Amino acid sequence: MEPDEEVVIRVENISKDFVLPHEKANSLKSLFTGAAKTRGKGKETQHALKDISFEIKKGEFFGIVGRNGSGKSTLLKILAGIYQPNAGKTYTKGKLVPFIELGVGFNAELTGRENVYLNGAMLGFTRQEVDSMYDDIVAFAELERFMDQKLKNYSSGMEVRLAFSMAVRADADILLIDEVLAVGDADFQRKCFNYFRKLKKNKKTIIFVTHDMNAVREYCDRALLIENNKILDIGKPEDIAQEYAQLFLDNDKSSDEDDGQTGHNKRWGTGDAKFSKVNVQQSGDKIIITTGISSRAAIERMIYGVHIFSTNGSELTATNNRMISAPDISDLAEGDEISLTWEMLNIFNDGKYFVTLTLVDSVGTVFDWDNEAASFIVKRPQRSTTPIMPPISVETQLVKKGERKDRSHD
Amino acid sequence: MHKLTQRYRYSIILLKQLVKTDFKLRYQGSTLGYIWSLLRPLLLFATLYFVFAVFLNIGRGIPHYPQYLLLGIVLWNYFAEVTGGSVAAIVGKGDLLRKINFPKYVIILAGSFSAFINLLLNFIVIGFFMAMGHIGLTWHALLIIPLVAELFIFSIAVAFFLSALFVRFRDVSYIWEVILQAAFYATPILYPLTRIPHRYAKVLILSPMAQIIQDARHSLITPHTQTIYQVYGGDRWIWAIPLGVTLLIAVLAAKYFRSRSKYFAEEV
Repeated sequence: MEPDEEVVIRVENISKDFVLPHEKANSLKSLFTGAAKTRGKGKETQHALKDISFEIKKGEFFGIVGRNGSGKSTLLKILAGIYQPNAGKTYTKGKLVPFIELGVGFNAELTGRENVYLNGAMLGFTRQEVDSMYDDIVAFAELERFMDQKLKNYSSGMEVRLAFSMAVRADADILLIDEVLAVGDADFQRKCFNYFRKLKKNKKTIIFVTHDMNAVREYCDRALLIENNKILDIGKPEDIAQEYAQLFLDNDKSSDEDDGQTGHNKRWGTGDAKFSKVNVQQSGDKIIITTGISSRAAIERMIYGVHIFSTNGSELTATNNRMISAPDISDLAEGDEISLTWEMLNIFNDGKYFVTLTLVDSVGTVFDWDNEAASFIVKRPQRSTTPIMPPISVETQLVKKGERKDRSHD
Repeated sequence: MHKLTQRYRYSIILLKQLVKTDFKLRYQGSTLGYIWSLLRPLLLFATLYFVFAVFLNIGRGIPHYPQYLLLGIVLWNYFAEVTGGSVAAIVGKGDLLRKINFPKYVIILAGSFSAFINLLLNFIVIGFFMAMGHIGLTWHALLIIPLVAELFIFSIAVAFFLSALFVRFRDVSYIWEVILQAAFYATPILYPLTRIPHRYAKVLILSPMAQIIQDARHSLITPHTQTIYQVYGGDRWIWAIPLGVTLLIAVLAAKYFRSRSKYFAEEV
């Protein structure tokens, strides 16, 4: 779908700083005493956005992605007119409705019905307008029996349903949607995504802030990647998603040295034999882990193993030289060194994985146990929710109506 | 006209809804509900009446002193409610400010309107007591309309200023509480102006609140009230001072509120 050429949002050289007083001068006393003592010293300027410029055309589904603290929420709030930029201009054409949060203005002490009118007013609807769509709102939220109860007696699910039911009525040309819409249970998510599809079909302009690269790939026409308060790139969702993943990879390298400090805690054992530096490479459809073992004492019947963990800590796979009947180097004399290369099929899905190496013997002595000795990141264009994605093929055979008889024989 | 309503459409919708919500929430859970709006000033009035009119007999020489006292209290209470209530109003809506962009003055306007509804209810009570006291109305009574307008403007101007200032300096609420208390006694509400030395009376009457209350009493209750006109020996131009003060505060407060309101969302 080609978006119209008409520009509905133009952002020109936006910069935003937040002045953070070290000790907030919000009492008059500190205004007088503080001003005299620490002139200019008590404040710190935090740059939230630096020189941001872009344009969004009518009917575009535009994604804004970035890591936590990159400035994307500040950008959204400036677009919504909640924050004022220190420099630069924004231009919007048409009615803009922000959804930084669902159910803005909801009051727990009011009934569901009263809250519909209150939130409706926040969205710019008159009483008469809310009257005319009241029944639809209630029906969509499936809360017919609860509208005269106070909101504080609602479950959080009911509250979100009511808020969402209001949000979909918003009559806007431009919608700003923060990732808040992407929370909730599976059923709610499905409703949200159906709503997104409908918006897209109706050629609404949507600006969508998220961490979810799947959503970016699926819905966005274009996306903007923001990092360190600056625009890193604007482009196709696929490219942006790749670059986003790259950010975490870069970050990993730079923080390796810090990890070295804490790594000692995660590593234990007698030290009679130890792994040397670990290296993980991806080549083709293979993951190759190379390391070495050097011994400081004679060791017999050693077992060296490798474990792969996901970021949430579940062990995805593990093996050792016994299990895979590796060539038998199991005894080491003092000062011996061996090199090891593990090779496995890369069946892992998009994401980050940790490698733990273990070196023990058959009676249970632990020489070296190196938790999260290394990590690797796998990037895949398509992603499913499972941690692994082994090559799976399927064969199909079409059985026509007339041939079914033959099959029923066997 | 159509363009004007279009421009302020969102503000009007919000204002209506906020006033309505405010009224719903105000007496929620109390058995007597709205009746408290009338009962509160009445009970305060009864206390002050017994202390000042019966025991201390301060009001001697003033015809209809109870009604005179009640009107003063009602007008002052309106001022205290609007200003005291709005000090923390912007900060109280901080959650909302960070989620959606809307005209901030609506918050103060809504607080002012719901207090105004209260004021109107209280005027019903005053009317009842006036009827009981056989106080006849003359054409002069119509002056109460511009006087209430002046009260509305003066109160909301102070409210705009305080609420915006409170966002940055949280001491304002305590300071204002003290000022309000002091101003209550510096305004001729409980005592007739004739009972204090003339040179002090000349200063006190210059405050818009004193001028409004005395003029209102003059027009509704009794011509024996000392208004600013009489204190200054029949100089019409003296009204320019309280009116000028009201206007000046209104303009400055509006300017200040406007310039600060852009930053409320990040400062609250």
